[in-house]
Amino acid sequence: MIETHLPALIAITFLLFSMLIPAFGLYKRELCQPLAVLGSGIAAVLSLWGFVQYLNHGAIRYFFGGWEPPIGIEFVYDGLSGFFILVINSVAFFVFIYSGLPARSEFPQKVMPYYALAMLMMLGFNGMVMTGDLFNLYVFLEIASLSGYALIAIGEKQAPYAAFRYLIIGTAGGTLYLLGVGFLYTVTGTLNIIDMTAMLPVYAESPAVVAALILMIVGIGVKAALFPMHGWLPDSYTYAATSSTALIAPIGTKVAAYILFRIILWLFGIELTDAVAPLSYIVGVLACIGILYGSIMAIAQTEMKRMLAYSSVSQIGYIIMGLSLANPLGFAGAMLHVLNHAIMKACLFMIAGNIRMKEGHSDISLFDDSYRKKYPWTMASFSIAAISMVGLPPLAGFFSKWYLALGTIDNSNWLFLAVILISSLLNAVYFFRMLEKVYMMNPDKGQKKPADAEYNEVKASMFWPTSILAVSLIVIGFANAAIVGILLNIFPM
Amino acid sequence: MDLSFVPLLAILVSLIVVIPIMLSSNKPNLRETWTILAAVIKFGLVLMLLPGAIEGKSVELHLVDLAPGLPLALNADPMGVFFAVIASGLWIFTSFYSIGYVRGSGEHKQTRYFASFAVCLSATIGIAFSANLLTFILFYEMLTVATYPLVIHNEKKEGINAGRKYLAFTLTAGLLLVAASALVYHYTGTLDFTPGGIFTEVELPHTTMLIIFVLFLGAVGVKAGIMPIHGWLPAAMAAPTPVSALLHAVAVVKSGVFAVIRVVGYVFGVDVMGDYGLNDILIILSGSTIILASLIAFAQDNLKRRLAYSTVGHLSYIVLGVALLTPTGMTGGIMHIAAHATMKITLFFCAGAIYVNLHRTEISNLNGIAKVMPWTMGAFAVGAMGLAGIPPINGFFSKWNLILGSLEGDMVIPVIVLVVSGLLNVGYFFPILYRAYFKPGEGLEKYGEASPLMVVPIVITAALSILFGLFPNLFFNFFDLAVDISATLFNTGSP
Repeated sequence: MIETHLPALIAITFLLFSMLIPAFGLYKRELCQPLAVLGSGIAAVLSLWGFVQYLNHGAIRYFFGGWEPPIGIEFVYDGLSGFFILVINSVAFFVFIYSGLPARSEFPQKVMPYYALAMLMMLGFNGMVMTGDLFNLYVFLEIASLSGYALIAIGEKQAPYAAFRYLIIGTAGGTLYLLGVGFLYTVTGTLNIIDMTAMLPVYAESPAVVAALILMIVGIGVKAALFPMHGWLPDSYTYAATSSTALIAPIGTKVAAYILFRIILWLFGIELTDAVAPLSYIVGVLACIGILYGSIMAIAQTEMKRMLAYSSVSQIGYIIMGLSLANPLGFAGAMLHVLNHAIMKACLFMIAGNIRMKEGHSDISLFDDSYRKKYPWTMASFSIAAISMVGLPPLAGFFSKWYLALGTIDNSNWLFLAVILISSLLNAVYFFRMLEKVYMMNPDKGQKKPADAEYNEVKASMFWPTSILAVSLIVIGFANAAIVGILLNIFPM
Repeated sequence: MDLSFVPLLAILVSLIVVIPIMLSSNKPNLRETWTILAAVIKFGLVLMLLPGAIEGKSVELHLVDLAPGLPLALNADPMGVFFAVIASGLWIFTSFYSIGYVRGSGEHKQTRYFASFAVCLSATIGIAFSANLLTFILFYEMLTVATYPLVIHNEKKEGINAGRKYLAFTLTAGLLLVAASALVYHYTGTLDFTPGGIFTEVELPHTTMLIIFVLFLGAVGVKAGIMPIHGWLPAAMAAPTPVSALLHAVAVVKSGVFAVIRVVGYVFGVDVMGDYGLNDILIILSGSTIILASLIAFAQDNLKRRLAYSTVGHLSYIVLGVALLTPTGMTGGIMHIAAHATMKITLFFCAGAIYVNLHRTEISNLNGIAKVMPWTMGAFAVGAMGLAGIPPINGFFSKWNLILGSLEGDMVIPVIVLVVSGLLNVGYFFPILYRAYFKPGEGLEKYGEASPLMVVPIVITAALSILFGLFPNLFFNFFDLAVDISATLFNTGSP
């Protein structure tokens, strides 16, 4: 039965293509992007298949080499990992379709390394999400991180510095996580997540376990850009090339958020997490501060990519806040936001890329109303994505906030509810500011006839992924009841 | 005949028409034909629902689930149909008038103007026909977004600032509505609008109820122009006059008061409102708004701003009528939705005609204009006298019911407020008429009446105001409909 091999197949697809790309790329550079699209396409289809399998037959556990844990390593394709895998691989597929042109124009000499590294990074991400082994997770984390550092370094002049900074902070984070895993191993004697879940209640209040939990949350918090460990993110996202940012921004922090979900809700469970100290509440408060801080900083930015980067800090906060609520509605809201934010951010970074492609910059202060004539469809996509980010119905972004709000009310957590509402307003400030610039004459500059501007939309390979992602926000808005129905079943309690 | 898809079609027709409007951007006559066509079809569809509504029937339609257990559902109940008839009927006149206005004053980006206008009407009818709060939120936010391009239409500094102010108020209101609805859902498990309210089964602490109500008040009070959260409305007068006429006198602000009626009558229910003393808050706020807005109106020299403050005052008539929690008061409030709509749209139409024709916006410049624009100023006089409550114009009729409603509830202060406000209305409208009719004008020799595209709608809406005042049941049995609606809200206890 091939279905039982799906988890491994998804990961191996990326591994295979990460080697095929250099092999074919040396022969013909133009082959790199189609291969990447093919690879991620296969992975996306397999992920979808796997998710359908999960819905029909339950979780898939794959034992490598037939060695059952605790001796061997397993991949687990359950609801949580399946959903994340589906989201990241589908979004990556669209980003790879999109990335061809910007990659060739921004770093023509490094196209082959870019795609090879991107495939490796995807392998890392997929491995992190699917593995059932805490140490194995660290290995994949490092694969993803190392290729991620390299991808970020391919970019503007400041990119290597941003990547180096990320490398230092990220490695520290990874090490803290590893330290936490070590503590857990000494206490429980196993690295398998399912085994450990069964054993942890016995040791829940031992200092080593509590320390391990905190170390892991902090370590992964760095990767998830949880406030105040977000420092690496704005520079990295701003200076990295369009294709890298569009790939890493929607996916990277989500995978880290996945690990937090796995650790807090599955491995420990919310009772054990909060057994000694109200850790989940502290994480939630940090997330709230991140939400407000990210939004306020986003308002202060004039560079579109930088603004979007700060907005990412804010949006990841929503996800982690939903996690910290630890009730079904909050969980559904957070998971829906994983999907929504992945699509919105991919779409918005693509739009920033489109503008860079045509204008050579993405400085908001230079935007004017000729854009709506020159790039009508990019701007229409931007309007949809922006309104979804602000959270107006019937677009997808509204519904994740709606469930999160219901989740906060279920916990009677009025502080978090207020944060959700205030942050929506802040989002409106920085997005409507841009819409104003793009759709209206600048009253200070006087008349500059937009009629002079010619239609100059980006090429189809960039145009379609942007538009499809924007339209999917409307579709998800109307289909969210079905998605949330599935998500509510995934919730572990 | 199966009418279940009529409400949906009534909403969609003006949404779909946006596509042909956009496509015929370069052919103005064709483009405007689409608008008129959509307006007529929409009105026709809404009228199809009217006979059922008069019999007290509703047309329900469940579309998709927006969230588990919360469908996107339409329910064309009598209250919704009442509002939809007014909004869609007046859209026809406004469309003709708009054509005269934008061409007369040579507005730019006319395609965007007509397209946004159509979307606004879709949202308004959607608000009228929403069966639950979540659907309502959807259309409420849609109205916010679709009105924005109209508010900033002139794209001057003033317009853009007005747009920002507008968004700040309305988006905040939208969020409060989301929060309030989430709380209602948490406590009651439903968001359906039910005559008599959905809190009847639930016993809640007084503070919780108060918090939910205040959230709702902030949410619907912005669009209903209740002081102190009315600030966006005078600023939004930067919009072209037809927008002020239909949206800021009928569609948007009436969506606000319509929402007040939905919240009071269909979410909380009149009994719960009374039991928790929530209506007192509404009475105090709306009563003071009526007086303050009228006083501020005196100080405005800009005609549209004076009309805007008059709108703020008159919206609170409706809110006051609802807050009285007496059947007659409710009837008066509902009737005033229609009455104020025909009168205020007439006045705004007049202001627009004066602006396009004479390029005058300040009241102090209006000396003697009745000589050159007799029809316009005649209609203006009708609207102004109606708002002041002089019979036989329909404003008198609704105000009469409001006063009866106050007495029914043994409340004297609302009566005083209404009477004083009538005097204040006389006070701020008559100087305009005095200038126009009795003061000698200057520099008017070369001007005549405005274009027929504008004057004819003006005269018709003014005539409607008089006709409804003389015969409230002349068209569509409007008065009986209002009485029936108000009866359903009060007789929920006994079958």
